[in-house]
Amino acid sequence: MPEETLDLPLIQRVLDNHKEVPGALLPILHAIQQGLGHVPDEAVPEIAHALNLSLAEVRGVISFYHDFRTSPPARHTLRLCRAESCQSRGAEALAAQLREQLGLDDHGTTADGALSLRPVYCLGACACSPALELDGQVHARLTPERLQALVKSCRVEAGA
Amino acid sequence: MIKLCISCDSLARAVGADQVAEAFEREAAQRQLPLQIQRTSSRGLYWLEPLLELESAEGRLGFGPVMPEDVPGLLEALDKGGEHPLALGPVEQIPYLKTQQRLLFARAGITRPLSLDDYQAHGGFEGLRKAALMDGDAVVAAVLDSGLRGRGGAAFPAGIKWRTVRQAPAGQKYIVCNADEGDSGTFADRMLMEGDPFLLIEGMIIAGLAVGASKGYIYVRSEYPDAIRVLNEAVMLAREAGYLDVTGSGVAFELEVRVGAGAYICGEETALLESIEGKRGIVRAKPPLPALEGLFGQPTLVHNVLTLASVPIILAKGAAFYRDFGMGRSLGTLPFQLAGNVRQGGLVERAFGLTLRELVEGYGGGTASGRPLKAAQVGGPLGAWVPPSQFDTPLDYEAFAAIGAMIGHGGVVVADDTLNMAGMARFALQFCAEESCGKCTPCRIGSTRGMEVVDRLIASSDPAAREDQAHLLRDLCDTMQYGSLCAMGGMTAYPVASALKHFPADFGLASPEAAQ
Ligand SMILES: Cc1cc2nc3c(=O)[nH]c(=O)nc-3n(C[C@H](O)[C@H](O)[C@H](O)COP(=O)(O)O)c2cc1C
Ligand code: SF4
Ligand code: FES
Repeated sequence: MPEETLDLPLIQRVLDNHKEVPGALLPILHAIQQGLGHVPDEAVPEIAHALNLSLAEVRGVISFYHDFRTSPPARHTLRLCRAESCQSRGAEALAAQLREQLGLDDHGTTADGALSLRPVYCLGACACSPALELDGQVHARLTPERLQALVKSCRVEAGA
Repeated sequence: MIKLCISCDSLARAVGADQVAEAFEREAAQRQLPLQIQRTSSRGLYWLEPLLELESAEGRLGFGPVMPEDVPGLLEALDKGGEHPLALGPVEQIPYLKTQQRLLFARAGITRPLSLDDYQAHGGFEGLRKAALMDGDAVVAAVLDSGLRGRGGAAFPAGIKWRTVRQAPAGQKYIVCNADEGDSGTFADRMLMEGDPFLLIEGMIIAGLAVGASKGYIYVRSEYPDAIRVLNEAVMLAREAGYLDVTGSGVAFELEVRVGAGAYICGEETALLESIEGKRGIVRAKPPLPALEGLFGQPTLVHNVLTLASVPIILAKGAAFYRDFGMGRSLGTLPFQLAGNVRQGGLVERAFGLTLRELVEGYGGGTASGRPLKAAQVGGPLGAWVPPSQFDTPLDYEAFAAIGAMIGHGGVVVADDTLNMAGMARFALQFCAEESCGKCTPCRIGSTRGMEVVDRLIASSDPAAREDQAHLLRDLCDTMQYGSLCAMGGMTAYPVASALKHFPADFGLASPEAAQ
């Protein structure tokens, strides 16, 4: 039995829970991603069937929104804010630091699979820029040292 | 008993408020000091966060910004009357706060976000009580008379929209709260949702009563998990307490929180409606107006968080009270948001009409780096970069439009002389290319071409070739401004053209009209 079929009960449960919800596609995708870490491909026909949509419509929505992932995430996700307020406080230098120390580009993942870097455009923390979000937790007033400590807490091998 | 308040706002926590609260609990337990900590909303004096407030006979005394390692010393100082290097005196006497005109944020930092008792003890639900006794037309008239304009960016008179939706014949109408707050430099919606969620809920119930809508959606960006959690809990509490079974009219109001998925364009109202319907966030052509054919094809009142949250105040205190604030056609107050390279970042709620200089230099205290001020971007990523030579412009919708800028949602990003404006122009185009919904060509293609032009402009060493590229860039801005379906493409021209106009040297151009 392929491992993926283990996901089906959760997917079915999510679909059942949203039967009565008008315009349920985004809440469904969020719930599946929350439960499984991503939206697996085998969820697509199930969702399409439940909502009476075509496969292309469901895939189109998944790919339109930056939040939805179709493959499992790294163990840690670091979202570095790259919008104007954080740029005016050195966000680009922090991005360069990650590039130099970890070889991490935007959207990149360390070779050991420990940490993914994603850009984000504003976390609402602009009064204390620069800011990032690590595994759902926002950290503001970042310094190069603080960034290094946070990355270290994910136990990433430098140069991995 | 020592009574302390520490904020539970997500930004206060992002700079260590939880760790400070924990340190107090730990140290007090060790010393067997009786201590009580209340987690309140934030005052919005973010440069002082984590801000500690001590309840005393003279009101709340402030200390900040506090780090966990300051806690032992602070506990000793609190015991001995409060002398401490971090002492700020009575919080409400801090000039930054004292000089503000807080209507929307009257409870900020004072109440606990999810306490219905706190909310009611500080004037909550007064507006709803009044509205419930009024005819819908009278409520709409109050909103019209108040002069309230949409706070989401376009500043359209709210009352006119209300009248349109009220008069639209339909079985089902909707109230949609736009809480997508995607603009860099803005956080007032977030603060309000996290800190005073019942105010927004009250505003939406009043709107529902007035226009005849029985269902409301709050569409919150996914980048705001705390706001989402607080709103969900607040809706449940309000429902349990009976506030949604609307008073008098017999109609129950249903409220649902929807979560965005990281698409900036879903802040545009029609893309937002598509998103709630479960589709890609593609902008709809107007007409039809959402007020007539909005969510699921039904009449829909779409408003920003701050617009809806202003309504209970207008109802409670009267339209005349509200319109006494402000100037010209910009009436009421706006919570300005000071961000970027600024010494004292935070929320400044003031009546329209103060100048950008008062905001940036007065409240903000200049740049955080201490370097010379270069510019401020007002109104988010689609707003213009304003040079200091124009800082005496009053913050008024029309005055800003007259200098080719906009106030938008009231965010101000300050930059010092190290920020390169050609880089920021390129970033604006890159952002537009990434976030464009793709429906129209000037925006979808123009933004990418624009990036290439900026790259060529910067790379070129021949002055004449540079001028050619600059000319091309200005033309492209024109095309985007006048040929785009929505303001995403249309207003990306603002940051680009303003950077080019005021900071030509950053593009390697001669400066005929040097800005500073
Ligand atoms: C690209 C784009 C992004 C927008 N983002 C937001 C937003 O995040 N929040 C918001 O309230 N309005 C946003 N707007 C404005 C909305 O389209 C709309 O004008 C607003 O929700 C109406 O509410 P109001 O009358 O209270 O301003 C955006 C517009 C555009 C073109
Ligand atoms: S201007 Fe851009 S975002 Fe707006 S409708 Fe056109 S392509 Fe979509
Ligand atoms: S721009 Fe980075 S948090 Fe707002």
